[in-house]
Amino acid sequence: MIRTSRTQMVLSAVGIAALLALPWLVKSDYYVNIATQIVIASILAMSLNVLVGFGGMISLGHASYLGVAAYLTIYLTAHAGFGPLAGALAAIAATTILAMLFGYLALRASGLGFLMITLALGQILWGIAYRWASLTGGDNGLGGAVRPRPFGVDLMNPTAFFYFSLIFLAAAFWLIARFIQSGLGQSLQGTRDQPRRMRALGYNVWLIQWMSFVFAGFWGAVAGLLYAYYNQFVSPQALHLTTSAETLLMVIAGGTGTLFGPIVGAALVVILKNVVSAYITRWLMLLGIIFVAIVMFMPEGLVPGTRRLRGILKKHQASPTTQALPVTGERPT
Amino acid sequence: MNFWVIQGLNGLAFGSLLFILASGFSLIFGLMRIVNLSHGAYFMLGAYIGLSAIDAGVNFWVAILIGGVAIAVLGAVIERFILRRLTGQPLAQVLVTLGIAFIIADACVWIWTGDPRSIPMPHELTGAFRVQQLAFPIYRLFVIGVAFALAAALWFLLERSRLGAMIRAGVDDLNMARAMGIRTSLLFSVVFCLGSALAGAGGVLAGPILSVYPGLDTDMLPLALVVVILGGIGSLLGAFIGSLIIGFIYSYGQALFPDLAYMILFLPMVLVLTLRPTGLFGRQAI
Repeated sequence: MIRTSRTQMVLSAVGIAALLALPWLVKSDYYVNIATQIVIASILAMSLNVLVGFGGMISLGHASYLGVAAYLTIYLTAHAGFGPLAGALAAIAATTILAMLFGYLALRASGLGFLMITLALGQILWGIAYRWASLTGGDNGLGGAVRPRPFGVDLMNPTAFFYFSLIFLAAAFWLIARFIQSGLGQSLQGTRDQPRRMRALGYNVWLIQWMSFVFAGFWGAVAGLLYAYYNQFVSPQALHLTTSAETLLMVIAGGTGTLFGPIVGAALVVILKNVVSAYITRWLMLLGIIFVAIVMFMPEGLVPGTRRLRGILKKHQASPTTQALPVTGERPT
Repeated sequence: MNFWVIQGLNGLAFGSLLFILASGFSLIFGLMRIVNLSHGAYFMLGAYIGLSAIDAGVNFWVAILIGGVAIAVLGAVIERFILRRLTGQPLAQVLVTLGIAFIIADACVWIWTGDPRSIPMPHELTGAFRVQQLAFPIYRLFVIGVAFALAAALWFLLERSRLGAMIRAGVDDLNMARAMGIRTSLLFSVVFCLGSALAGAGGVLAGPILSVYPGLDTDMLPLALVVVILGGIGSLLGAFIGSLIIGFIYSYGQALFPDLAYMILFLPMVLVLTLRPTGLFGRQAI
C-alpha cells in the first residue's frame, strides 16, 4: 500500500515544491490563509483516517480532540497564565489523556456501537462547552490567545504561520506513514480485515485498536493546537457534530486507507466551504447533500474513484492498491 | 423537599419526551440495524410542522397528528428510496441518515428562521394541579401520562400481537425470520414509519415544554443515543428505564449544577459501558 512508485515520487516532489512555493504563487494573504486552513484540516483528517481507513473504526466524534485541544490551548495560555510552550504541551497531553478515556469507552463496542458512542461523547463535550459559560464563554467562545513567537519568528504573518503549520503537517505525514508501516499499524489493518483471525493468532485486538485510537487522538490534538493559534479564538462549533462530520467527509471524499486521500479531501472540503460560504449561507445543507451523494454514488471516495475512472479510460483493471471502503459494508466480525 | 418533588416531576416529564423519541430509535436500531441519525431532525421537523399547523389555526391535538403523519410519510419515503437501496451496508446507511439530518436541519432554518419559537399549550391543559403548597403544571403531568400509555401500548404491540411477534423474531434472527416466511421488508417499512411518526408527534408534544429552535435536533439526538446505550439495543424496557434515568439526571443536574448538567451525562455512560456493555436490559453488546 505504501510502496512508492517512480511516478508517485515525482508527483510528491512536485507537490512539495508547489506547497513550499505557494505563498509566492498566490501573493495574497487571503489565499495563504485558506492554504493554512487546508494544512490544519489535513492533519485532523489524516488522524481520523488512522481510525477510519486503517482501523475500520468509523468515529463521529473526532472534533472532540480538535476542540478540546483548542479550548485548552487558549484557556491555559490566555487565561491561566501558562507560557506558550507549557500551554501547548499541557493542552496536547491532556487531550491525549482524554482520548485514552474515550477510546476505552468507545472500544467497549465495535462497528455501529463504536460510532454511536463516539458521537454521544462528542456531543456531550459540545454541550459542556456550550453550557459551562463561566469557563468556556458559552456560545460566545473563548478568545484572547496570541500566536507564539518561536525563535523570534512573528507567526502573525500569514506566510510564516503557513510554513509553521506545514512543518506540523510534514511531521504528521511522516509519523503516520511510519505508524502504518510499523508492526502496530500492520496489525491494526489486520484487526480491520480479520478481527477474529487476529485474535486467534494471539494479537490483543482491543489493545491494538486502543493504542491506535490514542495515536489518532494525539494528532487530532495537534490539529487543535494549530486551530487555536490560527483562529486565536474557539467556539463550541469546533466541537460540534458538523465538524466531526466534515472531517469524516474529508476522509471519505479523499479515499480512506490512503495517505494522500485525506489531504485531497481536506483541500476539497475547505475550498468548497470557503467558496460556498462566500455566496450563500446554506453550507450545512450542501454538506448533507454531498454526504448522501457520495454514499449513494461514489462510495469508494474521489481519489480511488478517479483512479478507477482513469483505469477504465486506460482499459486497465482499477488499481488494487486502494482499500475497499469501510462504508460499503460492515467489516466481518 | 418541594424542590426534589418538583424537579423529580420535571425529570419525569423530560424523560417521558425522551422515551417517545428513543423508543422509536431503539426499535429501528434493534430490528433494522440502522442507526437513524436523522431521528433528532425528525423530532425537530415534526415540532416545526406542528407549530405551522397551529399558526394556521389548527387545534393542538390535530397538530400532533399532522406532525406525526408528516414525519411518517417522510420516513417511509427515505426508507423506501434511500435506505433500502443500501441494505446490508450499515455504515453507508448511517452516513446517509447523517446527511439527511443536516439537510433537514438547514431546511428548518431556511423555512422557520433561526428564532426559537414556543408551541402554545392547549388551553384545556394550562394551569397547575395543586397538592398542599406544591403546584404541578398539568401539561407536564399529561406528557408523563402519554409516555406511560405509549409504553403500555408498545409493550402490548410487541409482546401480545402478531405483528409484535414478527418484529421480535426479526430482532432475534433476521435471516431465520425471513426463512419462516415473514415479509421482513414490509416489517421494516412499518417499524421505520412507526418510529418516525413517534419522533414527529413527540416533537409537537415537546413544543410547549422545550420550545422549538435550531439545534433542538442535535440536543436531543445524543440523549437518545445515550438512552439506547444505557438501556440496551431494541429493548423497550431498556429505552423506558434509560429515558427516565437520563430525564432525572438531566433535570436534577440542571437545577443543582447548571454548568455541569451535561458533564453528569458522562457518568451513566461510563458506568454502563464499563460494567455492562450490553446495556441494562440488552441481550447483545452494541
